Amino acid sequence: MAIIQTQGFTLDNSGKRIVVDPITRIEGHLRIEVNVDKDNVIRNAVSTGTMWRGLEVILKGRDPRDAWAFVERICGVCTGVHALASVRSVEDALGIKIPKNANIIRNLMHATLYAQDHLVHFYHLHALDWVDIVSALKADPKKTSELAQSISPWPNSSPGYFREVQSRLKKFVESGQLGIFAKGYWGSAAYKLPPEANLMATTHYLEALDFQKEIVKIQTIFGGKNPHPNWLVGGVPCSINVDGTGAVGAVNMVYLNMIGDIVNRTIEFIDQVYIPDLLAIASFYKDWAKWGGGLSGQNVLAYGEFPDIANDYSNKSMLLPSGVILGGDLKKVHEVDLKAADQVQEWVTHSWYKQGDESKGLHPFDGVTDPNFVLGPGTKGTRTNIENLDESAKYSWVKSPRWKGNAVEVGPLARYIVAYASGNKEIQEQVNGALKALDVPIGALFSTLGRTAARGLECQWAAHKMKYFYDQLMANIKAGDLNTANIEKWEPSSWPAEAKGVAPCEAPRGALAHWVKIKNTRIDSYQCVVPTTWNAGPRDQKGQIGAYEAALLNTPMVNPAQPLEILRTIHSFDPCLACATHVMSPEGEELVSVKVC
Amino acid sequence: MIETYYELMRRQGISRRSFIKFCSLTAASMGLGDAGAQQIAQAMQTKPRTPVIWLHGLECTCCSESFIRSAHPLAKDVVLSMISLDYDDTLMAAAGYQAEEALEETIKKYKGNYILAVEGNPPLADDGIYCIPGGRPFVDKLRHVAKDAKAIVSWGSCASWGCVQAAKPNPTQATPVHKVITDKPIIKVPGCPPIAEVMTGVITYILTFDRLPDLDAQGRPKMFYSQRVHDKCYRRPHFDAGQFVENFDDAGARMGYCLYKVGCKGPVTYNACSAIGWNEGLSFPIKSGHGCIGCSEDAFWDKGSFYEHLTTIRAPGGLGIEGTADRIGLTAVAAAGAAIAVHAAVSAIKQARSKTSNDKLSEVEK
Repeated sequence: MAIIQTQGFTLDNSGKRIVVDPITRIEGHLRIEVNVDKDNVIRNAVSTGTMWRGLEVILKGRDPRDAWAFVERICGVCTGVHALASVRSVEDALGIKIPKNANIIRNLMHATLYAQDHLVHFYHLHALDWVDIVSALKADPKKTSELAQSISPWPNSSPGYFREVQSRLKKFVESGQLGIFAKGYWGSAAYKLPPEANLMATTHYLEALDFQKEIVKIQTIFGGKNPHPNWLVGGVPCSINVDGTGAVGAVNMVYLNMIGDIVNRTIEFIDQVYIPDLLAIASFYKDWAKWGGGLSGQNVLAYGEFPDIANDYSNKSMLLPSGVILGGDLKKVHEVDLKAADQVQEWVTHSWYKQGDESKGLHPFDGVTDPNFVLGPGTKGTRTNIENLDESAKYSWVKSPRWKGNAVEVGPLARYIVAYASGNKEIQEQVNGALKALDVPIGALFSTLGRTAARGLECQWAAHKMKYFYDQLMANIKAGDLNTANIEKWEPSSWPAEAKGVAPCEAPRGALAHWVKIKNTRIDSYQCVVPTTWNAGPRDQKGQIGAYEAALLNTPMVNPAQPLEILRTIHSFDPCLACATHVMSPEGEELVSVKVC
Repeated sequence: MIETYYELMRRQGISRRSFIKFCSLTAASMGLGDAGAQQIAQAMQTKPRTPVIWLHGLECTCCSESFIRSAHPLAKDVVLSMISLDYDDTLMAAAGYQAEEALEETIKKYKGNYILAVEGNPPLADDGIYCIPGGRPFVDKLRHVAKDAKAIVSWGSCASWGCVQAAKPNPTQATPVHKVITDKPIIKVPGCPPIAEVMTGVITYILTFDRLPDLDAQGRPKMFYSQRVHDKCYRRPHFDAGQFVENFDDAGARMGYCLYKVGCKGPVTYNACSAIGWNEGLSFPIKSGHGCIGCSEDAFWDKGSFYEHLTTIRAPGGLGIEGTADRIGLTAVAAAGAAIAVHAAVSAIKQARSKTSNDKLSEVEK
């Protein structure tokens, strides 16, 4: 079989093929196929998005002020991020400037999501890759207490507390109904934590599940509900009224106090539970600083996020900077221009879409997406019962976006690398501190462990920024500014006949942007290029692999029948497939026939 | 020997007193009196945890995210003590082969006794290839698991109505569960997403009373979906008084006036938001200043802009709208130009309803 060289990687699909489908503990539907050699080392990897929803065609002809609600439903896990990307893009198209308070509230809502989403990812989607809950049954609660108290001042740490959780767990297991923990890989040699660390982490799995719902209440106050709070083109839908008639019908002192309290509790939980757990667990898995790096040591991309100055999305304003690193050269940060035709482009060579000339990538303003479910000649099984995919042909519902033709990784690690390389002191100190605590070199960043650690550090950064935004909001209100919406261009009659816009956003999972064209007050075309498209996408016309496929290569598996190593690396990206696979342009309205060639 | 909820709760250190209090609160939240509380207590002391299989089709996972926001009861307690969540690809530890094995074992072991919860829907275009988890069309997986289920819960607007991917022109032919599975009792819990405590409230009700809650003609639990958001809206007095927000963040907005003129769909939306509230009753869309977008209604995406105000509502004062849930729902569908769909929906509802009234679930599937 073929051996392929690309981007410094060697792909060899001659060994035993392993399929993991569904990849669980993610958003949406993802399939991974790998080939392992005789030593069970992964030598080829194939990433396939197995769902497609076609949201952009649904948006054609709609009111652009409504678009945020449609695209918000792209994802309920990173809820609100597509809504934010949408209102920013429509505002860019129509030249709408939002008030200062609206910018602060959006930042606060977005930082709230970062904190909650990263926390849920670590404990509920990723932890079971590292934590053996069955082993926790063997832990000594007293030693667990000592361990917990040695790493954190978090008050829930008495021997009795851990004993109670362990007892609950024991009886749960003994009931014989294991529920979500059934068929896990418990007892595998790949698990390295001592029983006490397993019990501590399992306890915090439950505590974090209780606590995450508190964090999002900030979104509920400003947006009315979570998941899927409400947004507004031109600002935010909530009004502020701290001392006038009817203040109880707006964001008032009671709600502001509540937000302040939630912010403090969030900081406390992340500082005292998440970060100590992350460092403790990581210290047992330093091997994972060797594996899973993939593209992160070469090419990473960030669009920038958290504009400190309203309506300014340049690096002058962004608290997390935009930029691209190529070839691992941290000395050179390339500038990103979302409107430049030769920068962001998408290919469909290996995706289940067709376009005129598939050797060309298309900028999102000119995107074409026409579904074309065709399986390659090497496929095993049938079109409705696929056993093995043929990666030499089309094999995913995800497209292949590239930056100036380069495959890149996006996400918290990419943002941290770009910020580090850009000289952001805050991020540099945080990263250097974590590297020192774990006693690992900076190269450890470019790995599965580095990716998971970067997310934790960013969660902490975001929690502290919640406080910063909250303080900004209070100061601005104190200065007498109550405005939350600019409705000067609310009426469609005030819009130009044609307009187009795009604005950057960083979702928890990475770089996100929506490209919108408006014609005669209606959406003419709408394109989203989302984080998981960058990371999970298949090969491009040159055969360049994407971030997931690259990250899986060369990882040794303890037991290929138990795909823990695959889960560790894939989960380190926090996949969101509903995001990745909804893309479709107006040209795709007519569905094409489907065949196995 | 499978444990009862009560045994589990006691083992988890919950006192008898707290247990009784929990039962009373649960009963109260459902509008039931002392007798109801006793019934819940009785059920929780004698029944094993019911197996639940939670499938995901075309969706965004907002229903799962909402579910874990539940405060009363906590999602953790539902999963550890009330149900046995034997398959849920969002939360389960196992993946791939082991996950599918867990699914098949549950179907076999609890044939006719598990509840199927569906988040999302199957796309039917092109043999279902727009959603192929496990290499096979999701619609096949749905039919396979539904076959031996005791009952089906359609979580959210995707499973109940189709939701955003089914908005015009519905390119993947995304189809709600009841149009695909026609021989099982189905309870729809619409909303995008549904309120967390409504989700856990429906589960708790089914478990404790061993039956589906009373459903309206469209298959929704009457206890949560029989009244309009408008009926219990705290801004309703401003509607009646003719005090409206004319523009976002105007003087009226800052005083909490009615949002009807900036597009609020509360008057035609059947949901519990204005009564139960979101995130532990903290707020709901209207309270935070944005109109209701009607996310629990069928085809709410295709009823015009969220900011165009309803022209069918006589406001303020006067007779208002006093249509029934059925009439409003059906009128809206017909207005969307789908008279044939109305007929099909009514038939499907009649069919489902005849199976689901107040019969005990255990007697439904013999």
